[in-house]
Amino acid sequence: MALLDKHALLERNATLLLAGSLLVVTIGGIVEIAPLFYLDNTIEKVEGMRPYSPLELAGRDVYIREGCYVCHSQMIRPFRDEVERYGHYSLAAESMYDHPFQWGSKRTGPDLARVGGRYSNEWHVQHLTDPRSVVPESVMPSYAFLKDKPLDVKGFSTHLVANTKVGVPYSDEMIANAEADMIAQADPNADTSGVEARYPKARLGDFDGNPQALTEMDALVAYMQMLGTLVDFSTYDEPAGRR
Amino acid sequence: MELYTALRHFADSWGLLGMTLFFIGAVIFAFRPGSRKLADEAARIPLKDD
Amino acid sequence: MRFGTEIVAVGLFAFAALMGVAFAADEPFRQHMWVLFFVLTAATVVLIRRTSFAPAAPADPSAYLDEPIRYGVIATVFWGVVGFLAGVVIAAQLAWPDLNVEPWFNFGRLRPLHTSAVIFAFGGNALIATSFYVVQRTCRARLFGGNLAWFVFWGYQLFIVMAATGYLLGITQSREYAEPEWYVDLLLTVVWVAYLVVFLGTILRRREPHIYVANWFYLSFIITIAMLHVINNLAIPASFLGSKSYSAFSGVQDAVTQWWYGHNAVAFFLTIPFLAMMYYFVPKQADRPVYSYRLSIVHFWSIIFLYIWAGPHHLHYTALPDWAQTLGMVFSIMLWMPSWGGMINGLMTLQGAWDKIRTDPIIRMMVAAIAFYGMATFEGPMLSIKAVNSLSHYTDWTIAHVHAGALGWNGMISFAAVYYLAPKLWNRERLYSVRMVNWHFWLATLGIVLYAAAMWVAGIQQGLMWREYDEQGFLVYSFAETVAAMLPYYVMRTFGGALYLAGGIVMAFNITMTILGYQREEASIGARASVALQPAE
Repeated sequence: MALLDKHALLERNATLLLAGSLLVVTIGGIVEIAPLFYLDNTIEKVEGMRPYSPLELAGRDVYIREGCYVCHSQMIRPFRDEVERYGHYSLAAESMYDHPFQWGSKRTGPDLARVGGRYSNEWHVQHLTDPRSVVPESVMPSYAFLKDKPLDVKGFSTHLVANTKVGVPYSDEMIANAEADMIAQADPNADTSGVEARYPKARLGDFDGNPQALTEMDALVAYMQMLGTLVDFSTYDEPAGRR
Repeated sequence: MELYTALRHFADSWGLLGMTLFFIGAVIFAFRPGSRKLADEAARIPLKDD
Repeated sequence: MRFGTEIVAVGLFAFAALMGVAFAADEPFRQHMWVLFFVLTAATVVLIRRTSFAPAAPADPSAYLDEPIRYGVIATVFWGVVGFLAGVVIAAQLAWPDLNVEPWFNFGRLRPLHTSAVIFAFGGNALIATSFYVVQRTCRARLFGGNLAWFVFWGYQLFIVMAATGYLLGITQSREYAEPEWYVDLLLTVVWVAYLVVFLGTILRRREPHIYVANWFYLSFIITIAMLHVINNLAIPASFLGSKSYSAFSGVQDAVTQWWYGHNAVAFFLTIPFLAMMYYFVPKQADRPVYSYRLSIVHFWSIIFLYIWAGPHHLHYTALPDWAQTLGMVFSIMLWMPSWGGMINGLMTLQGAWDKIRTDPIIRMMVAAIAFYGMATFEGPMLSIKAVNSLSHYTDWTIAHVHAGALGWNGMISFAAVYYLAPKLWNRERLYSVRMVNWHFWLATLGIVLYAAAMWVAGIQQGLMWREYDEQGFLVYSFAETVAAMLPYYVMRTFGGALYLAGGIVMAFNITMTILGYQREEASIGARASVALQPAE
């Protein structure tokens, strides 16, 4: 039996090694991450944040699909030069409905956290179609194909439902009207009172220069035009030392 | 917030001390005189077989 | 019947993929399922052609299972060249943007293809192959689980193909180094559990009283990556037949979860298991035991404990709370200690055999790898200091740092392991050409130096230009001007990368010829020196 005992001991050692290393590597994660989920000072409350409108959310999906985040950050740090270049530094609350976050890690191109409203729709479409025609130094790829790609509207409400499951407060009304809202937001002739009521400050009208078709270009530009515009910083009361 | 502050204080006092002592203990354990033979044996494992 | 269950299972999954095509909720998913269907159908056909109905010859339980390792070495070399090529292409796209081909070959879609190809395809295959090799030799036991090791190998290749084709189709979660969508993540989870079973099972039935330290490093890599992968990829799909999912976390919590993962992908994928390679292959090639085994034990526990805390240094000065940033910085600086402890342990293993650096290019590669490891793990803590980070973050300095580590440390140590393994696995007396290893070494080293130097200068210049003010207090440069200033560095970087790729191609040729059984006629390295030392006749 002695041999068996010895074998059992060895087995325990390997298991012990497994358990020991797992324990050691979980400590750091628990101490650093877990508090962020229940400490209320992680995210300050600010006025104006709302879930993305269906069109903006679809545009955000295009932004992610094309890998824009690998060259553009959406996180302005509290430095003089960044604030002057890009606007008020980013607040945690401004990405509270971002599943996933788009803070980025590299600025091959400029930060986009507050690009909304800075340029016209036409500029964006021209820039996305042929970047070097408006910014000669740019190294950005062309995204002309977005103009010809019809936006996939059918069944988009499932995307809102998935977002509610991870905590975004889309109401039943928003979900029921998702597809209609998506079309209405980019249609200059539509009745947009519903969209405006559900998604305050949403940019309305045609985005891609072609009112006849709802394209992925419409969605992407709609998303870019609302970036950083929801919080009104003229009334924002800066809580001291809250970063 | 109360719990948070308490944990913070614990982490940068007793928690820190405990981890440091544990680390020193682990180093002493690894380098204790009796472990030399075992360590030398283990270190030769890769050279035994192909 | 040989492969009976496998044929049925793979065939059923191919049918399921076809159903996925039929009922897909979105177009990218439909295209992705077509890819899966063709791959699985091809696999079924191959399996059927190789089946036989004769009773299977029982495997020799005392012999090592080396065939999956041979495949792994070939896959390492193949994916290495693919990954380096993708890197050169995207480097060129940044210098000459007209090289972008929309939509599939735009920079935004190719960049994750490059990172995944080098980290997971090249690095991952090197790790799986070497871990299977090392665990058998140091436990003196055959791999556990029979054909499970084959499942790990082929399942992992399927993961790579699905991830790579997904990126080109625009299927991504946008989580850096964890881009594959939910269904590909599930596939990897299954493969990874099988990997853990094979590895742990082999350790449990070892015929050696000790568990050699390299296996500790491999084991902690496997379980920690499992934990990181599962938690970071928690998401709700919009449809079970669609390619799009939404992360379970948002904003700050999502950022810290992702960079907890992201940094530990560097730690537990690109450092810990490569240290395991160092702890096995350096002693083998130098033919002497590791410098201090007891130091390696301390090295192990302190490095795995400290590394896991370092993630928040990727989020300095962001909306992440200050205390988390500071914690990340402090632990990153402390990491410098065990990193250099490990480096010293690896280098000092060569004590008494330093002459081999001159005569053995494989040893030279190992030494260069460890030196680059030391350099990268010095630079890392430095970049994690908030004041330094405020300049370096978002710039190409980070890219320089990553590539010094990836090309210098991970690349070189993997090449050395491949060169060590190839003759052993295919029972060749020696490599096809040792001199070509030397060529590879110099091409790679020169490539890294050009690449890193260009990116260091680019990064610092970029950071300084962004924050430069004139006397009136205005910003001096527009963003576009800082982009234009990068061109010469981007060209130089592309050239450095091309040299590194050339080295990889030399390796691919050398390994292929070794496998085929050729030996190049050549004078051995260091021979000239010994001739010179002969007494005059």
